[in-house]
Amino acid sequence: MSDYNFAYLDEQTKRMIRRAILKGLAIPGYQVPFASREMPMPYGWGTGGVQVSAAVLTPDDTFKVIDQGADDTTNAVSIRRFFQKTADVAVTEATAEASVIQTRHRIPEEQMNAGQILVYQVPIPEPLRFLEPSEVETRKMHALEEYGLMHVKLYEDISQHGAIATAYAYPVKVEDRYVMDPSPIPKFDNPKLSMPAIQLFGAGREQRIYALPPFTKVVSLDFDDYPFEATKADHACDLCGSTESYLDELIVDDAGGRMFMCSDTDYCTSRRKAGHIGAQGVPYEEDAA
Amino acid sequence: MISIENVSKSFTLHNQGGAVIPVMEGASLAVAAGECVALVGASGAGKSTLMRMIYGNYLTASGRIMVGDVDVATAQPREIIALRRRTLGYVSQFLRVVPRVSTLDVVAEPLLMTGTPHDEAREIARGLLARLNIPERLWALSPTTFSGGEQQRVNIARGFAYPYPALLLDEPTASLDPINRETVLTMVEEAKARGTAIIGIFHDAPARERLCDRQVDVTGFTPGLAA
Amino acid sequence: MTPLLQVENIAKLYGARIGCTDVSFDLYPGEVMGIVGESGSGKSTLLNCLAGHLVPDRGAVKFDTRADGQHDGGLRDTVTMSEPERRMLSRTDWAFVHQHARDGLRMNVSAGGNVGERLMAVNARHYGEIRDTATDWLGRVEIAADRIDDRPTAFSGGMQQRLQIARNLVTGPRLVFMDEPTGGLDVSVQARLLDLLRGLVREMGLSAIIVTHDLAVVRLLADRLMVMKDGQVVETGLTDQVLDDPQHAYTQLLVSSVLQV
Repeated sequence: MSDYNFAYLDEQTKRMIRRAILKGLAIPGYQVPFASREMPMPYGWGTGGVQVSAAVLTPDDTFKVIDQGADDTTNAVSIRRFFQKTADVAVTEATAEASVIQTRHRIPEEQMNAGQILVYQVPIPEPLRFLEPSEVETRKMHALEEYGLMHVKLYEDISQHGAIATAYAYPVKVEDRYVMDPSPIPKFDNPKLSMPAIQLFGAGREQRIYALPPFTKVVSLDFDDYPFEATKADHACDLCGSTESYLDELIVDDAGGRMFMCSDTDYCTSRRKAGHIGAQGVPYEEDAA
Repeated sequence: MISIENVSKSFTLHNQGGAVIPVMEGASLAVAAGECVALVGASGAGKSTLMRMIYGNYLTASGRIMVGDVDVATAQPREIIALRRRTLGYVSQFLRVVPRVSTLDVVAEPLLMTGTPHDEAREIARGLLARLNIPERLWALSPTTFSGGEQQRVNIARGFAYPYPALLLDEPTASLDPINRETVLTMVEEAKARGTAIIGIFHDAPARERLCDRQVDVTGFTPGLAA
Repeated sequence: MTPLLQVENIAKLYGARIGCTDVSFDLYPGEVMGIVGESGSGKSTLLNCLAGHLVPDRGAVKFDTRADGQHDGGLRDTVTMSEPERRMLSRTDWAFVHQHARDGLRMNVSAGGNVGERLMAVNARHYGEIRDTATDWLGRVEIAADRIDDRPTAFSGGMQQRLQIARNLVTGPRLVFMDEPTGGLDVSVQARLLDLLRGLVREMGLSAIIVTHDLAVVRLLADRLMVMKDGQVVETGLTDQVLDDPQHAYTQLLVSSVLQV
């Protein structure tokens, strides 16, 4: 433990953020403004998520951080270390063992359960932003449920690409009321947005928090004749052989060689530990690296 | 059909020291269905002014101008618009149209305004243009570039496209050759036979003799003289 | 017959300065009314008050609303109705054609998306049908069907203006507000637009209020005319009557100032 207050932020700030979180949970999908603080990391590196995590962490929590599904990228490692240092909480890479998971761009493959909290880092919380630049106007559109514009974006996709080409940050409607940006998760993850765990979304630069309580109704927007489809690369994981998980494509040499592997490193490792082997995989060994 | 009672009119020129020019006083006349009345009088006596007042183009200071059951002198704009659409036609000496619109559509427009289907309206327009000897190759062009005589005939075709019960004709035979003049006179006679009440200005005396049942000299309506 | 729009004593003040005041008129279905006057005469202020873009300080703008699940329809004051209702009106029964097409279009959205937006705003959710309707409307405003996926930035000024009209009329509005619809266009392009507007007004039975300083435009488009000066209406009447037999000093000046070609 250091000389920092628990989880870096002072208690009053955490109370303020908790109030915003509670309001967000009470009005699922609604963007609650909050007084985002300067954090010891640049905007765009997860300051919104970090503030939400700081506000919900307790000394008994077990914390996990993933970035694009991986526990071992720079961003994930530094945020995990940040809370180890400032909150002295236990950390883990196992989805099932974590009580709070902060994520960037993914929902873990493993089913999350009641009692867990998933905290998203959000770059741009306003789904209408790219079509309507005025914040005054977009707020009014949310207030009055004027969401025709959201379909204009999907229309443009189909007219230009023959299908809805939006592959991530795919807009959803929450409880038949608010249109929400689920953060830049792949649309593959959209069906998982209705889950037993609590989901909190924090946008630091934009100073917005929103939330999905457990089992909230979340519907991905679409057209009658172009229904929503959760898509992934049509491969199995080359390491663990899973055909169910979302895959990253990796170029492995200069000859165009490539491999597909689970973006969720914990999921992949668990499967390999259990003996599953993909096309280019080798049996799992402790400390293989 | 048309009944004018004790009508007066003056122009106030606000930008020329507020000069008030009385132009008409005590004008009265009546035209029954199927009757054709000629307005006569020297240039500037007020023939065109009276015609424009009947059409609602000029305001009337006092008196009544009944066309059917509408008093043009006091009617609301929308009543006059409705009157012009279905009751009162006007063939002026000038063709005023949207540039670029084809001659065929210019002639068909009064029919389209009253709900005649496109094809039918165009068919009637074709018949009129052919009858008035407008060459078919011109039908798709805008009449704005036509010669004076051609424009005049397009104007007449447009004025006769819809069978108005009352019709105002301002020099319909001016600048027409004998053949087309004859056609126009026949068309006016047909309208009369249909029961159309007509008020016209004809400098063409033989035409006036042939068409008109009566003449009204508007000089009698000039302020000062009547008294 | 019930008026479509009943305007009662509208006034809009900018501090001590008068935007427009004491404006009253009725507009009936199918009527096109022109509002003319020089710059600063209050005609645009009035139009914006009528269309709900500005809140007037006094007066009522009553519109003959259609009956729906919540309301009986009939004349309702759009100044005092709730904002959601007024905004709903403005994307269904009302339309607004801006002088500058870029104010009325989404320049980063394709022509088809621009036309389709109003349909999607009233919950059209079938891509194929939206596209068919958009194609049909582009044809009606004489834009080739193969331009449907191009953005308005690739269009000429006249095409942009026609696209704006298609985008506005696609939901079959009953009242169209137009602010200098032919301003800034070449004369030949103007003529084409005027012809188009006349045809659409006739075929759809539209009512329209057109603000312009161009007397030739109102003569060809408007049934009735309202002349404004210093925020007040100085003369109203049948368009050709006001232009050919103007009564007010200002109208006489306006009419006599037009250059003859």
